[in-house]
Amino acid sequence: MNYVLDYYNYWIVVFLMMAGFYVVISANNLVKKIVGLNIFQTSVFMLYITMGKVSGGTAPILVEGVTQYSNPLPHVLILTAIVVGVATTAVGLSLIVRIKRSYGTVEENEFENKDDAI
Amino acid sequence: MLEQHLAVLPIILPLIAAPIALILGRSILSWGFATLISAWACFASWQLLATTLSDGVISYAVGGWPPPWGIEMRVDTANAFVLLAVSAISTLVLLFAKDSIQKEIDESQHALFYTAHLLCLAGLSGILITGDAFNLFVFLEISSLATYTLVSLARDRQCLTAAFRYLVMGTIGATFILIGVGMLYMKTGTLNMMDLSERIHAYDSSRTINTGLAFIMVGVSIKLALFPLHAWLPPAYTHAPSAVTAFLASTATKVAVYVMIRFIFTIFGAEHVFEDMSMDLILMVLSVVAILKCSYMATVQSNVKTVLAYSSVAQIGYMVLGISLVSVTGLMASMIHIFNHALMKGALFMAVGAVFYRVGSVEVRAFNGLGKQMPLTMAAFALAGLSIIGVPLTVGFISKWYLVTAALEQNHWVVAALVLAGSLLAVVYIGRVIEAAYFQEPEAGRAPVKEVPWTMLVPMWILVLANFYFGIDTSLTTEAAKNASEVLFQNSTEISALIESLHGPEAVNTANELSGEVAQ
Repeated sequence: MNYVLDYYNYWIVVFLMMAGFYVVISANNLVKKIVGLNIFQTSVFMLYITMGKVSGGTAPILVEGVTQYSNPLPHVLILTAIVVGVATTAVGLSLIVRIKRSYGTVEENEFENKDDAI
Repeated sequence: MLEQHLAVLPIILPLIAAPIALILGRSILSWGFATLISAWACFASWQLLATTLSDGVISYAVGGWPPPWGIEMRVDTANAFVLLAVSAISTLVLLFAKDSIQKEIDESQHALFYTAHLLCLAGLSGILITGDAFNLFVFLEISSLATYTLVSLARDRQCLTAAFRYLVMGTIGATFILIGVGMLYMKTGTLNMMDLSERIHAYDSSRTINTGLAFIMVGVSIKLALFPLHAWLPPAYTHAPSAVTAFLASTATKVAVYVMIRFIFTIFGAEHVFEDMSMDLILMVLSVVAILKCSYMATVQSNVKTVLAYSSVAQIGYMVLGISLVSVTGLMASMIHIFNHALMKGALFMAVGAVFYRVGSVEVRAFNGLGKQMPLTMAAFALAGLSIIGVPLTVGFISKWYLVTAALEQNHWVVAALVLAGSLLAVVYIGRVIEAAYFQEPEAGRAPVKEVPWTMLVPMWILVLANFYFGIDTSLTTEAAKNASEVLFQNSTEISALIESLHGPEAVNTANELSGEVAQ
């Protein structure tokens, strides 16, 4: 039981990761695929953020009398990764807009028959 | 002043130039500017390679923060060698692109093409130069995002679905690498590659590190299109504009192969990856299947760009096979093939782009009778094709020679035979196109076509001649590749010595304390 409770943060990460991954693979709608991709990426952000937490540590701001701080580095790294994620989403959504314009649909099965997109 | 910043020039130049190319706006202006910048980056890479060959590793602390705290740029022979190939191809492709994209990309988007190309170059150079595992992920995403944009620039609407598929696969791959790097950081508390390689062996049996290794290997395999994970590559290469395909086919996947080499040899250590985790067997089987299956797939396609795309997946198989042989010769074969394959695929895709420029189609049928109508282009295709097959005096022969030697060194007779079987399949798929061009009559009803303008012929022929030059005088490639693989293996052996010393309990404790210090 402790195994589940003590590591609850990692269980959340694993659940989100698999849920997002499943949506990316299974969804038929391209927008849903992007949503799945976002959930998948977010789970990794959470993995990084939770690993930076040091038990008993406070926010990493220098204060008198505090000796234990959380590790700020993973949090900073994830700021970069969030920016990367936003950029990926933007490119993905703009591709979807153009796909909608030229194919008239964003459902994968609908245009697959029209001209066998590889 | 620029001298001391030489190590970051190949990244900084295209990165700063990219928005300027967009502001310049007019097609011809952005073209001239982008080509100049790319040539400058190529010159800087040449200087870097010369410096690393004579003086060894160059370490550059970004922003003056010393490693392992700051981001380190670390240039050794291995990455300087690949960097030179990437920036040289980029310059030649830009020369070629001026006319090629007239037919394939809308006039209003030409400036965007040059911007995205420069961003992609900046990202690829960054992946090569950086000495920081997280920074590598960031540059990987910069280059990938630029790549998705480049692929989607074509007029053909199928490029959009190809780009979208590439985006989904590419993002999953990059995120896998991010997860893996996170796991390494969890245990070791560092992201600097050299620092990682020193600390990681205290945790060789740790499940976190090994899971991290698995995530990174799968992520990188998606990026380099290793056999079962290559599904994004053929559509993306087929539907992208020719200039983009020529650039991507000869650089992007090669850089991913470099990332794999870097992670295996520098960070994890060959001994751990291959002996404890048996990664060599997995990679060997996948790469041999890639060579055979994708060479076969290439023989049955009707679109020449798809043929060459499948051939690319097969050629990546050769590179990974070299890695999986776990020897200096094998690694050397991989490094040489990274460079040589860039020369041959660049020339081939440029020739196909030239055919599209005149004929407007790249089906095998469209090549009928072109041997007489476009003699220079088809001669370039035929000669570069010989190089893919591995005919003596071409670079293809050199890479296959080293690869087969490496396989025989370890008594892998079957693997050596299968490599040669792959070459026979290459005879078939290149032969089909050559047969159409030289022995078929032009299709009835097609107006006779002229040779393409010299701006397209010159870069194509530079690559073709380079195929022969480096096939005859191999001193530069072999010296650089030998030096590079020795550096990489030396890293690994130094690390093995380090494991010995670290295996004492005291040493392990020290490593833990050190990582704790940084993590807090």
